[in-house]
Amino acid sequence: MISTDLSIIAPEILLAVFAMAGLVGAVYSGRDALSQLLTWAAALLFVAAALYIGLTGEGTHTAFGGIFVDDAFSRFAKVAVLLSAAAVLIISQDYLSRSDLLRFEYPILVTLAVIGMMVMVSAGDLMTLYMGLELQSLALYVVAALRRDNARSTEAGLKYFVLGALSSGLLLYGASLTYGYAGTTEFAGIIEAAGADASIGLIFGLVFLCAGFAFKVSAAPFHMWTPDVYEGSPTPVTALFATAPKVAAMALFARVVHDAFGGVVGDWQQILAFLAVVSMFLGAIAAIGQRDIKRLMAYSSISHMGYALMGLSAGTAQGVESMLVYMAIYVVMNIGTFAFILSMSRDGRHVTEIDALNGFATKEPLKALAILCLMFSLAGVPPLLGFFGKYAVLLAAVDAGLGWLAVAGVVASVIGAFYYLRIVYYMYFGEETEGLDGRMTTLPWLGLVASAVIMLVGIVNLFGIEGLAEAAAATLVR
Amino acid sequence: METILLFAPLVGAILCGFGWRVLGEQAAQATATGLLFLSCLLSWIVFLSFDGELRVIDLFTWIASGSLDTSWQIRIDRLTAVMLIVITTVSALVHLYSFGYMAHDDNFREGESYRPRFFAYLSFFTFAMLMLVTADNLLQLFFGWEGVGVASYLLIGFYYRKPSAGAAAMKAFIVNRVGDFGFLLGIFAMFWMLDSINFDVILAAGPELADMTFPFLGWEVNAANAIGVMLFIGAMGKSAQLFLHTWLPDAMEGPTPVSALIHAATMVTAGVFLVCRMSPILEYAPFAGNMVIIIGAATAFFAATVGLVQNDIKRVIAYSTCSQLGYMFVAAGVGVYSVAMFHLFTHAFFKAMLFLGAGSVIHAMHHEQDMRNYGGLRKKIPLTFWAMMIGTLAITGVGIPLTHIGFAGFLSKDAVIESAFAFGGGLGAYAFWALVIAAMFTSFYSWRLMFLTFYGEPRGSKHTHEHAHESPWTMLAPLGVLALGAAFSGMIWYNSFFGHTDQVARFFGVEYAEAGEHSEEAAGEETAAAGESHGEETAVAEDSHGEDAAAAGEGEHAAGEAGHGEGHYVFTSPPGEGAIHAGPDNDVMNAAHEVPSWVKVAPFLAMLAGFIVSFLFYIVNPALPKAWAEAFRPGYQFLLNKWYFDEIYDAIFVRPARAIGRFFWKQGDGAVIDGGINGLALGIVPFFTKQLVRLQSGYIFTYAFMMVIGIVVLVTWFALRG
Repeated sequence: MISTDLSIIAPEILLAVFAMAGLVGAVYSGRDALSQLLTWAAALLFVAAALYIGLTGEGTHTAFGGIFVDDAFSRFAKVAVLLSAAAVLIISQDYLSRSDLLRFEYPILVTLAVIGMMVMVSAGDLMTLYMGLELQSLALYVVAALRRDNARSTEAGLKYFVLGALSSGLLLYGASLTYGYAGTTEFAGIIEAAGADASIGLIFGLVFLCAGFAFKVSAAPFHMWTPDVYEGSPTPVTALFATAPKVAAMALFARVVHDAFGGVVGDWQQILAFLAVVSMFLGAIAAIGQRDIKRLMAYSSISHMGYALMGLSAGTAQGVESMLVYMAIYVVMNIGTFAFILSMSRDGRHVTEIDALNGFATKEPLKALAILCLMFSLAGVPPLLGFFGKYAVLLAAVDAGLGWLAVAGVVASVIGAFYYLRIVYYMYFGEETEGLDGRMTTLPWLGLVASAVIMLVGIVNLFGIEGLAEAAAATLVR
Repeated sequence: METILLFAPLVGAILCGFGWRVLGEQAAQATATGLLFLSCLLSWIVFLSFDGELRVIDLFTWIASGSLDTSWQIRIDRLTAVMLIVITTVSALVHLYSFGYMAHDDNFREGESYRPRFFAYLSFFTFAMLMLVTADNLLQLFFGWEGVGVASYLLIGFYYRKPSAGAAAMKAFIVNRVGDFGFLLGIFAMFWMLDSINFDVILAAGPELADMTFPFLGWEVNAANAIGVMLFIGAMGKSAQLFLHTWLPDAMEGPTPVSALIHAATMVTAGVFLVCRMSPILEYAPFAGNMVIIIGAATAFFAATVGLVQNDIKRVIAYSTCSQLGYMFVAAGVGVYSVAMFHLFTHAFFKAMLFLGAGSVIHAMHHEQDMRNYGGLRKKIPLTFWAMMIGTLAITGVGIPLTHIGFAGFLSKDAVIESAFAFGGGLGAYAFWALVIAAMFTSFYSWRLMFLTFYGEPRGSKHTHEHAHESPWTMLAPLGVLALGAAFSGMIWYNSFFGHTDQVARFFGVEYAEAGEHSEEAAGEETAAAGESHGEETAVAEDSHGEDAAAAGEGEHAAGEAGHGEGHYVFTSPPGEGAIHAGPDNDVMNAAHEVPSWVKVAPFLAMLAGFIVSFLFYIVNPALPKAWAEAFRPGYQFLLNKWYFDEIYDAIFVRPARAIGRFFWKQGDGAVIDGGINGLALGIVPFFTKQLVRLQSGYIFTYAFMMVIGIVVLVTWFALRG
């Protein structure tokens, strides 16, 4: 029996073994000599794991008595997490070695965080959920403070840690309330206990759980850490924060509300709609005031999480599908954008002011064009891929009878378009000042151009993502 | 052959308009002109070899959507054939004329290339007009209708540096839109009622429509009448009938060849063509028919009065065009469509010639258009003088009363007036007298034009008069050809258009029978009659067209005389068959031949009266006009200002529309929409941005506080909700 269980979590075990072996090896071989190799190895391992999960996995299996679930939904989320983490590692390697940040701990911590994420999305029990979540969070707290001789980076790590602890407290409180009222920590038991009309205690548990998840996906009003941590952390870490953990947390969110509370859609729909509408507007409005592109991307991701939550709040299979598609598109856009942000420098110093982009198009027309595609896509301008992501979630919301939410989403996207277009404006029409002079190495360049190209050609059939997301959603929403 | 005929002008327009840089200016113009002459030659072949049988050539499907199925088709029947020769002949001659007229133009800078553009527009116009007349469904007709509208707009505004030309172009287009709106409603109503806009269906459905009704603005209206009125509103716009006529005089801002082609001979007659084409429906729409008579007669009278006092040579002719179009509509309204087409046909020749003659005068006088600055030009430009003289004789209707010998206008105009009288009743009398008086005025202003221009002492700039010169051959040759038409076209085709009913019926491919029999006749017998008519046809066709012009006059006369002795025939084709249709009770054409002699002489006397007064005013005592104008100052001003139509429209439509537009612009768009958006974008959103940025204090306790507030809100919400 145990061998079956182990075969189900084989990818996680493999990664964990790799992480521990790497740690031991690096410690004994003398510091950072291995870090380059480890980073590549981690990235390749992620890709290999993603291919293994994506290509061999089929059907729904549970391990360890139902606390770990391997189904189409978790596989979709895991592949997205692994690939985005791999992509972030690859594009950030050059930056890290340039700024003397390439410590061997970095790939190992990222690997551990990824294991946490994989456990999260496969959770079938509140215990597994918390374990995965904390493994991920603890690893990320540390990487946020990776530049430990830098006040801002340490500040970011500390803030993230303290607020993360608070959110963990909320989450645990919710978990204990749920346990108290449902009498079990297993999702399968909770959904039975909740039935179609849950008790107020269970609803409170749900509210606290949602608050904890909202912190992880940085949905307003639990988003406050995001701008500071995004700005303070080293840029590769920011890139990581913006991608893989968001996918994992959003998948976890979907898993809990559907697997554990699938009977009380009407209740959590209100929570999610509230979070969605506040996030969309807050992200859109607050981003206008930002001068730093990393802070701006922080608010951008808050807004985008609002849209993903809108899809989820539909409470239907279509809603989950649209959320997954949205997240997949979101991750690709962010990888491309951060690949560029990583290369922004002047006189060898990393700059993140938006003003530095003035007149960029005359110097680097191809890159500027790629950024233009990405920004338009982020803003949701047809015919780029971002539009179809937004369209899918809006459609899901409308079909679920949340027309007002869809209207709010459209209004927020109009407001949000402003700051994306401002970046384009600076690049193409800005007064040329002291601009950027950093050169982009091959891999980030590939990341940028590839994601821009995906935004353009993906509209043909979204690379078949839709079908996969549909299958994933079907296993979750029954 | 028909396809080549139709598309040659389009090819010309494209080659000339886009290819002149490759071909060179002269070659491009020559290409366009050559292709038009080809088109013209083919048109004459089609017209002369036409046997009265309807032919439809399918080009390809245009729109097939639901029950709407329309194709590009070429429909050739007698109406189309007549229009074809009118359009292509005048157009070809105008192309040729333009070589001379447009050779130098002060409106364009040295070295600027404007001629290929002009020729391309002319050719494009011709193509659109041909599309219009060969249409076999209302959609294609409307395509041509709008196409000629666009060409007219482009050509009126050809001197785009002149603000007045731009304004006139816009006016023409906008006023036409009013008519087009009615036309479109008519097409829609037709489709609504009959589920088709193809001629073979709708033309046959006239009697059916007369029994249908549909709700319109709260009334239950008769379908035939409503559709007839709507289509006529479209025709009013295009043909510059009263109330929608204001654009035509202003359209004279365009170059003179344009005025001759578009605003005299072809485009403005499209309305008449439409009414004739729709004759099977109009015959069953008495209300619409009466409206056509009323508007037509009123226009003929109104335009003639205004023409009396205009001083611009082109404006005089423009009002005269407007007036003559009124004549055509009266003829159509009383139900004698062949006469409407007859007048259209002859008018195209003499009016185009008058315009081209006027153009020649203007050319000679260095673009001076005010007749008060002319005088005594007879010696300077004798050929132009003679051409204009023939045109004037034609338009005033000079001929020998009670016979069929005379200039073109004499025959066709008298036919109109006799038909109006024969229509009878109060309406017939009204139309008759309006037209007779209009004929008198026509004679007056036409002779006034001649006398002021060619007789008397030279007035105006001495320099201009000294340098007045005869135009080049390219301008004179078209005048000569048109002069032939103006002189003889009436006599040659009199019997075909307004001869005895059976002759007209054969010409238009309509079945006919002895009066009184047709109602009882069975279908089989009708077919027999049709077969018989085809047998006779060839002989008649040879008889009437084969001879040369001089002999034809006499021949026709004899035929006419013989006709009186024959039986009393009426049209018997069911609606939709044959080029024109006459209802079972429509006997106006026969009645028109039997009107009293005084009626037949009346227009001639009116013409004489007009001539004599004009002679007195401008030759015998040139001081008289001034004295009269002083004596009847209010009346003179009234006429000089065109009955104040422009001023009234300005007050009723233009100003309020502008005020409403300004209101929506300043208040609606500027204050409400822009203000709202700007307020939101520049006021409210930044305010919130500032607040949110302030909230992001950097202190952990603020952040934690926010999270707690979030959880409190959610918990409170669920607690209160229960």
